[in-house]
Amino acid sequence: MLHSIWLVIAAPLAGVLLNGLLGRHLGRAFVGLVGVGSVGVSFVVGALALIELGALPAAERSIGVGMWDWITIGSLQVGMTLRADALSLWMVLVVSGVSLLIHLYSVGYMGHEDERMFARFFAYLNLFVASMLLLVLADNYLLLYAGWELVGVCSYLLIGFWFHKGDEEQAPVVLVDGSQVAVPPNLNPPDSGKKAFIVTRFGDFGFALGVFLIWSTFGTLNFTDVFAAAPQVPTATITAITLLLFMGAIGKSAQLPLSVWLPDAMAGPTPVSALIHAATMVTAGVYMVARNHVLYDLAPTSSLVVAIVGAVTALYAATIALVQVDLKRVLAYSTISQLGYMFLAVGVGAYAAGMFHLTTHAFFKALLFLAAGSVMHALHDVIDIRRMGGLRRKMPVTWLTFLVGALALAGFPLTAGFFSKDEILLKAFEFSPWLWAVGLLTALVTALYTFRALIVAFWGQPRDWPLYEKAHESPPIMTAPLAILAILALLGGLLGLPIVFGVPNWLSEWLAPIFAAHAPAEKHMLSVTTEWLLLGISAAVALVGIALAYWLYAQRGDITARLTVTLRPIFVLLINKYYLDDIYNAVFARGGQRLAALLAQGLDKAAIDGIVDGGARLFVRGGAWLTQFEDGHIPHYALGMFVGALVLVAYLVLR
Amino acid sequence: MMTEQLYFPLLSLLIGLPALVALLLALLPRERHDLLRGVALGGTLVVFGLSLLVWFLFRPGAAGFQFEEDMLWVAGLGIHYHLGVDGISLPLVVLTTLLMVLAVLSSWRAIQEGVKAYLVLMLLLETGMLGVFLALDLFLFYVFWEGSLIPMALLIGRWGSERRVYAAIKFLLFTLAGSVLMLVAAIVLYLWGGNTSDLPQLLRTLPGQLPFALQSWLFIAFAIAFAVKVPLFPLHTWLPAAHVEAPTAGSVILAGVLLKMGAYGYLRFCIPLFPEVVPYAVPWLSILALIGIIYGSLVALAQEDIKSLVAYSSVAHMGFIVLGIFALNSQAMAGAVLQMVNHGLSTGGLFLLVGVLYERLHTRRMSDFGGMWARVPIFGSFFIIAALSSAGLPGMNGFVGEFTILLGTFHVNIAYAAVASFGIVLAAWYLLTAVRRTLFGPARQGNGSLTDMTAREILVMLPIVILFFVIGLFPNWFFEKINPAVEVLAVQSPAPQVHVQLGK
Repeated sequence: MLHSIWLVIAAPLAGVLLNGLLGRHLGRAFVGLVGVGSVGVSFVVGALALIELGALPAAERSIGVGMWDWITIGSLQVGMTLRADALSLWMVLVVSGVSLLIHLYSVGYMGHEDERMFARFFAYLNLFVASMLLLVLADNYLLLYAGWELVGVCSYLLIGFWFHKGDEEQAPVVLVDGSQVAVPPNLNPPDSGKKAFIVTRFGDFGFALGVFLIWSTFGTLNFTDVFAAAPQVPTATITAITLLLFMGAIGKSAQLPLSVWLPDAMAGPTPVSALIHAATMVTAGVYMVARNHVLYDLAPTSSLVVAIVGAVTALYAATIALVQVDLKRVLAYSTISQLGYMFLAVGVGAYAAGMFHLTTHAFFKALLFLAAGSVMHALHDVIDIRRMGGLRRKMPVTWLTFLVGALALAGFPLTAGFFSKDEILLKAFEFSPWLWAVGLLTALVTALYTFRALIVAFWGQPRDWPLYEKAHESPPIMTAPLAILAILALLGGLLGLPIVFGVPNWLSEWLAPIFAAHAPAEKHMLSVTTEWLLLGISAAVALVGIALAYWLYAQRGDITARLTVTLRPIFVLLINKYYLDDIYNAVFARGGQRLAALLAQGLDKAAIDGIVDGGARLFVRGGAWLTQFEDGHIPHYALGMFVGALVLVAYLVLR
Repeated sequence: MMTEQLYFPLLSLLIGLPALVALLLALLPRERHDLLRGVALGGTLVVFGLSLLVWFLFRPGAAGFQFEEDMLWVAGLGIHYHLGVDGISLPLVVLTTLLMVLAVLSSWRAIQEGVKAYLVLMLLLETGMLGVFLALDLFLFYVFWEGSLIPMALLIGRWGSERRVYAAIKFLLFTLAGSVLMLVAAIVLYLWGGNTSDLPQLLRTLPGQLPFALQSWLFIAFAIAFAVKVPLFPLHTWLPAAHVEAPTAGSVILAGVLLKMGAYGYLRFCIPLFPEVVPYAVPWLSILALIGIIYGSLVALAQEDIKSLVAYSSVAHMGFIVLGIFALNSQAMAGAVLQMVNHGLSTGGLFLLVGVLYERLHTRRMSDFGGMWARVPIFGSFFIIAALSSAGLPGMNGFVGEFTILLGTFHVNIAYAAVASFGIVLAAWYLLTAVRRTLFGPARQGNGSLTDMTAREILVMLPIVILFFVIGLFPNWFFEKINPAVEVLAVQSPAPQVHVQLGK
């Protein structure tokens, strides 16, 4: 299977063709079968390939699979070549596994769509899986970039899937003193998709320049050759390359300052939010940095930038998540924040920890989104948590699985999220206690916002009775993936238990051939006591956060209400997302449009064309004057032309 | 140079056949519309088939011209009837013949008046365009160059929309002004080259002969003529006018082929004939190209008329091509040649689709569109695919062209590449804006009776869309033919200054 790894891309691609071209004639059942089945093939092939790879000696676990020569011009030689190694195959497994569950869920979730839209949805979703797996398996920068852009287009198409929908106004928040705080409206799906594509493409602008610089520097775009030659290249060049590539990651993984597109991406159908905007595509930036760890290890400045951007983004997004009234947006900001953790990890050189958190996050965040989708399904697309409450009684499976996801996200001891987040905090502490402190503070806020959302939505009494009455548990095709993901979110931690537990960290060892090959020897500075202490602090912070949320939102809502009035300016700042969207809209979107209009009307129409048409009028007048020389005798004209040409030629020749 | 005397004058047949079909059409009764259309379609199909024959018989990996035909044309003046095809012209020849088939097919219902004259002009235009790409004699080239101008001006002037006469005259005057300069330069070259206008002969005898100052003037004369055609900023204002007013098929050919004649001219004449001037011209032309990219994209963004938007996008896209040509290395130049084909297909496709809409709604204002995807799903899918191709999505044609151009340019000048790369962000902006305003949003009242694309319209778009993916996935089928031809040019020009140290 290792040498047929292209099958993992080909299978969903076949699904795209079948469902995309013929889907609406095939019926829902068949379309669903093709959609789910093709991803199932990817998952099985990926799993078999992983097992096969594991059977090889560690040093030989990297197989290049060439398909054809893609672009050949002189010294530019780019192949359609895939690379199966420990890192790429692990990603294949995570991506195809989570995709499989989400595809299955979508059969139920999208069941209300008409046949054309249903088929279109699965064609897009399959195209996304194929593109993502191409990104993951690429053996050179151009192919990586190709996958990178393709997932972006799938994201664009899927965010705008309900293309006829308009903006959604949000009810203002009414504070206990009677005053109101306006909540920005949710941007409509097509504009959200467009925004996502353009913002991420701005990041890709840097990414592309990075790729050009790589070719200019190394004369090749193949990972293996670049990594081998990298130590001979000046650090400044490597720093430039890695920073440019990171620009792409900032866009794709929604980090500061390009984070603004991801919350709006929630306009897409919820399975899309789960798959693309939580579990897989947005983690591409993390994967990219991990894939290029050889370069980042050689450029400490870039790594530091990565870590700082990650840490700051983590805290920034977590604070916004505290006040969101839209359940999906709570989760979206949480995703931005968790991606920040992953960048913090790879920034401090803890690549395996970053990949570990990427994996567990894929489990528990996909779970949370799908559970939120189940709620939307039950409440006829209502997603405002202020209209929920008490849902745990109506939707026990959704409630329990959401609880498991929330526990993992909050870092409740022994859940998957606890272990992966703790490993990151540990590595951050080794690197810099400051970064650790930011991470820890974020952990506290995370536990708080997660359980705020959970309590408001599922606990207490219903706030909108008519809506509550209609609520119902989702069908098994949706709850089964929830249950499987819940198990993974609970037990995923087993993949990478802390070293102080005295058991092997499986994922770290599996990825060791990739990350240890070039990395400086693992420096283990922390004493066992310190590690236990840090572990204890993490656990305590999670528990405190959860307890605080319970106290603030389940028990003493009156205190929370009064606190909101007291802290009103902060509340307004957070609910407006630090005004980042407004600034970008004013400066870039409207500014760009104004500049465009100015150029079109002022320069192009008035100035340039004005000169042209003015010149033309001049000729017309001149012509009128010259008419007197027109006597209608053709020989005279010919003579005139001849003389004119002669004068020109003579001037040029004899000059 | 290879002098491959073929027994069969394939290229002459290629050029002559459309004119012969035009003659045949002229003899047919004017009221038999479907017969006329059928004959025209058959004729363009045969020409397309012939060009495919040339494509497949063409030996890849060989520099120089193939299928050469050379005979003295005006004996006393040393003017040759010299034809030949190389890796630069071959893709453009096939692009031309393909787009002509689609153009005829797309005018099936759109053109109801003066069908006969329309088709005759289309076929004469094809002869002119193929001649431009295949002529290897300066005067022969000039004849075809002007020859292709007139039918196009007439097509715009008679079958265009409201301001068609203004647009046609503007188009004619702009291009004529440019080509007058070219004619003068050609005459000077002819005199200096020992009374010959044969391009290969001039390339052998001229180097070292021309004083630098004269070379510069000649270069400028040629460069202006080609800049009008490309068009380069600020000589572009004829283009939106011509495009907006032209009938659909006219726009397709204009964007698809005629603009390429300018870029082709740089590669065929400016660079090989005046190698000493080229390095000095590079900054000027590159910066104009860059202005074209950014300016064209921004102005496209501000357009309300969708055809105008596509027209300005052409200014931006052609900027990439000129930038690539004057990067003077094989990656960027090969990319530029491929991008000429890509732009022909993507923009041609977009114009065809805009035409589909216009035929139904008789408006090009985007504010009259909106929410149409639910109503016309096939059209919507084609439109999105064409827009994404134009935006340079990987897996499709535009990506390969843009990427190789930018990669090659970066190697020569990082700043140029950076500015141009930003153009790709802008391209996404204006193209997705067009898609957004046309297809998405709530459905508009007036568009209720809109019907989706007919089988004939789908048939027109299919080859284009298939080629999007073929070129995107297997560009080496093109590069293996293009590379040898551009490598000669890249070698001939003085090596560009390299800013980045090569790690190898």
